[in-house]
Amino acid sequence: MFETSLTWNDVLFLLQGAGTTLTITFWAVLGGTILGMLFGLARATAPWWLNAPIGFVLDILRSVPLLIQFVLANSFKSILKLNVTAFTVGCVVLALYTAAYCAEIVRGGILAVPPTTRRAARSLGMTYTQDLTNIVFPIALRVALPSWIGLTLGVMKDTALVLWIGIVELLRSSQILVTRLQEPLFILSIAGLIYFLMSFPIARLGARLEKRWREND
Amino acid sequence: MHGSGHGSKSGGVKMIELKDVRKSFGSLEVLKGVSLTVQKGEVLSVIGGSGSGKSTMLMCINGLEPIQGGQILVDGIDVHARGTDLNKLRQKIGIVFQQWNAFPHLTVLENVMLAPRKVLGKSKREAEEIAVKQLTHVGLGEKLKVYPSKLSGGQQQRMAIARALAMSPDYMLFDEVTSALDPQLVGEVLDTLKMLSEEGMTMILVTHEIRFARDVSDRVAFFHKGLIHEIGAPEQVIGNPQKPETIDFLKSVL
Repeated sequence: MFETSLTWNDVLFLLQGAGTTLTITFWAVLGGTILGMLFGLARATAPWWLNAPIGFVLDILRSVPLLIQFVLANSFKSILKLNVTAFTVGCVVLALYTAAYCAEIVRGGILAVPPTTRRAARSLGMTYTQDLTNIVFPIALRVALPSWIGLTLGVMKDTALVLWIGIVELLRSSQILVTRLQEPLFILSIAGLIYFLMSFPIARLGARLEKRWREND
Repeated sequence: MHGSGHGSKSGGVKMIELKDVRKSFGSLEVLKGVSLTVQKGEVLSVIGGSGSGKSTMLMCINGLEPIQGGQILVDGIDVHARGTDLNKLRQKIGIVFQQWNAFPHLTVLENVMLAPRKVLGKSKREAEEIAVKQLTHVGLGEKLKVYPSKLSGGQQQRMAIARALAMSPDYMLFDEVTSALDPQLVGEVLDTLKMLSEEGMTMILVTHEIRFARDVSDRVAFFHKGLIHEIGAPEQVIGNPQKPETIDFLKSVL
């Protein structure tokens, strides 16, 4: 018979960690997507003198390991005596990291819209902006969505790294329990299950939108 | 040629005028001094080999491509002059391309409604009325709620024609609109074009359908290497060509 010393209080503790994971994911994905759309639009349409520096910064964000970015940002925060919490630092760093990847997804989506389709829109008298908002963005969204869903799921798991700057999210709370109860397999299984339950609806939502759009294409 | 009954009213000249138009892509000169006048109500067919500059000329007429020399006037407005509102000008010049370029994320009805709503500022109801009317006109009244991907090439091309017509243009430019279609779908699009010509629409028709051009056109222009070599009535240019280039071309396609 299976026995465990895990109590309901411990489960609640895990769920609190899961809540933190979700909150960080939410802000990181929200901020990262908004920034990523701006950067991606610039990457797809701006002249080189704007495009090149943006591309360079995004390259850095994508090439330096996220863990190093967290620790560096958190240290700079202390050195500069900025009055922000580690939680905020975590959200901002992860949002920038997300933005760097999202920008490439958005750029790819925009460039996937055939120039001839855009020319047809302009030939009807639509302005550059009307073409962007009515033609380019909706088509690009359909192209970019699968990658964006993948990015979101990835970011949710990357939030685990914020434990290094002292934030107790889902993985950190399970570590704490493992240390205390010495039941690593059971507790990590529960943590894994919670990660799965958080990711699954997002993946399903993406699959459903994709299916609906594919029926029209 | 059409008589002087068309053209100038009190508001000014209603016509498309090209004056010694030159256009290059890099070092490649595709239009080498093209002059041409198309009166309101006229149907002009432009024939000639691939790469002769026919399609490029259409892009230049509604300002989708810049020109390097000469002048293009539409109703007296210089298309390529600084300060010309191209978006406004394009409202009166419809263009349909070889690739029909449907907006894939919108239904057939929405494809046609979009520009009247966004560009002309029509209400949803007005735009829908216009779109239904134009789509019914080209024989797509049954396909309003369908997405373009569910249509045949010929149907998509007719949708593109309806989309251009929904802006109530004064001129229609057709750029090889049947070239990308399966042979059995060409007829339905040509029928639509014929219907428009009979309704008095002013049209410039870049086409490889020589027999059709002879059938519907008031005048035919033969393009060769960036220049108009012959222009005149279809019986003359197609029926009794004078220049060796025209004769060779017609021999190769008829």
